[in-house]
Amino acid sequence: MDANELLSWARGPGFDIALTIFVAGMLLRLLEILALGKKPDLSPPRGSGPKGGAATIMTRMLPRKQVFDKEPLRIINGYVLHIGFFIVLFLYGPHIVLFESFLGFGWPALPSGVIDAVGAITIVSLVAALVLRLNNKVLRFLSSRDDYVAWVVTLLPVLTGYLAYNHLVAPYTMMLALHLLSVELLLVVAPFTKLTHMFSFAMARWYQGYQAGRRGVES
Amino acid sequence: MSAPSVEKGIQAIKAQIDAPVASFFSACVHCGLCAEACLFYTETGDPKYTPINKVEPMRRIWEKEYTLFGKAKAAFGMSKAVDEETFAEWETLVYDGCSLCGRCSLVCPVGNDISGMIRKIREGFAAAGHAPEGLIGASTRAVEIGSPMGVKLPAVQAQIKHLRKNTGLDVPIDAKGAEYLVLLSSMEIMNFPEYLEAIARIMYQAGKTWTIASKAFEATNSGVQIGVSDIAKLLVSRVVDAADELGVKTVISPECGHAFTAIRWDGANLIGREYGFEVKHILEVLDEFVSQGLIKTEGKEDAKLTYHDPCQIARKGGVVKQPRNLLNKIATNFVEMEDGGVMNWCCSGGGGVSANERADELKLTAFNRKKSQLQALGVDTLVTACANCRLTLEEGLEENEMDLPVVGLTEMLAEYLVEEKPIEEAKEEA
Repeated sequence: MDANELLSWARGPGFDIALTIFVAGMLLRLLEILALGKKPDLSPPRGSGPKGGAATIMTRMLPRKQVFDKEPLRIINGYVLHIGFFIVLFLYGPHIVLFESFLGFGWPALPSGVIDAVGAITIVSLVAALVLRLNNKVLRFLSSRDDYVAWVVTLLPVLTGYLAYNHLVAPYTMMLALHLLSVELLLVVAPFTKLTHMFSFAMARWYQGYQAGRRGVES
Repeated sequence: MSAPSVEKGIQAIKAQIDAPVASFFSACVHCGLCAEACLFYTETGDPKYTPINKVEPMRRIWEKEYTLFGKAKAAFGMSKAVDEETFAEWETLVYDGCSLCGRCSLVCPVGNDISGMIRKIREGFAAAGHAPEGLIGASTRAVEIGSPMGVKLPAVQAQIKHLRKNTGLDVPIDAKGAEYLVLLSSMEIMNFPEYLEAIARIMYQAGKTWTIASKAFEATNSGVQIGVSDIAKLLVSRVVDAADELGVKTVISPECGHAFTAIRWDGANLIGREYGFEVKHILEVLDEFVSQGLIKTEGKEDAKLTYHDPCQIARKGGVVKQPRNLLNKIATNFVEMEDGGVMNWCCSGGGGVSANERADELKLTAFNRKKSQLQALGVDTLVTACANCRLTLEEGLEENEMDLPVVGLTEMLAEYLVEEKPIEEAKEEA
């Protein structure tokens, strides 16, 4: 299989298979959560559960001072990593064209030069995340294979995208094929790793916030 | 109760796993920030005390039992089992190394209620026979005698007699139709009788009817701490039955943190029905009395003082502004502790830790957090509103040779109470 064939497989059947596994896998994970249900709370409420749930989804976007002061580097790097990833994924012109083919609508792109720079920052941030993980005793203690797998499959699409754009390491067609394949790897693996947090974070925040809102306590 | 076993432990944990728990495990990214919020980690520096690690056995059971991927992993022998060894290893993390303070739950970026899960996992440890002796003893005494410290009604009656002699005020027992049912914690009966006296004086001046129930004077709930819902339910039922029988409008939870959680939030869920009465913490009631002008205060304490927020009352109970309102009424030099209010640090003895003698050394290490907070402030008096915090603080201060009086807020308020209504009337009424 040459680079062109690889690219057309990755663009066609490969992508469809990966996307199917991603969607089905994520739906399964979310249904597995919801199927467990939750007993109604009979304690007399002091406030609104839904309001608390919605508020907590938003407020947990920002760290509390008490924990930020202790780990500013890790927290800032967390923002850089997430925001960088979102920018290159959603604001790069060719990506938007792809989304448009699925969704039927598009949105303005950032200049490619900016995406290039953000991509580089995101790669550095991901490497920093690993270095920080390996240099912290709590993180080393908590980390399992899952954490490193999730790291690799998140890094690869950003890295290959960056290399393809800058015509580095391998010929463009080959690198683009590898880029697509790495995206497919991410899609296939995500539902079975901690990357499920991309959706379940909202549920977790909702549940804690709901209880807190009902009780009239901060969350 | 039949003999505990690993199998029962696993079943009990399975029964505790609901959609919120599953969402928490699915959302955790192992960021480790919860460790920074936990005084058992910050004071020992041992990563095993990272809050999310304390519920690792529950995560394993969730993955294996409630996810397709986990089942597949188990089929290929790729998952870690939960066995006798797991229970033995995690027992000290779950009971000794967690005061259920809930600070971790507030810093988790994905919103996991980790301390809520630790409360849940204790059900499994108790069922597996891995609960600490101290808590088993306290729970047994609570069920058999009526109080975790073995306090019986005569002890309360003796205190009432003493109170009557001191103040001329009476403490009604089993008074039907009273507005308030006042609960006590054993510690208040044994160590801090000032509390009941303060209540008697305040209620009298506020012109409120109140009573103590002979069948349910005890507010604490060892079942909630050890993690045995059946015991927790039995203990809550005593209070609910007494409140129903006496037809009170409001049950007042005493200056005790977990008692408030037990009766205010867990109780109705434990007995499986809604209450026919309200539950308030004593500080909520006092703040109401003051703001409604039912009681007045006179004079102010000039000593520099601070307030220690009991976790279950502030962070988990939402009673944060009331103690501050009250303190500002009766103190000229009230200063906030660092992180005071919702993010306050635990005294180190909550969640059953103080009833678990095995944890004494760890508790004292964890107390170093409070010690440095207090040293930084340099106050003359420490005020709190939980008898368990108070005792833990007193012990910790003594151990560290720090001379700092610890007082309950209710009794402090009573000290500055304007006693307009002459006490003689009470004697006649009684």
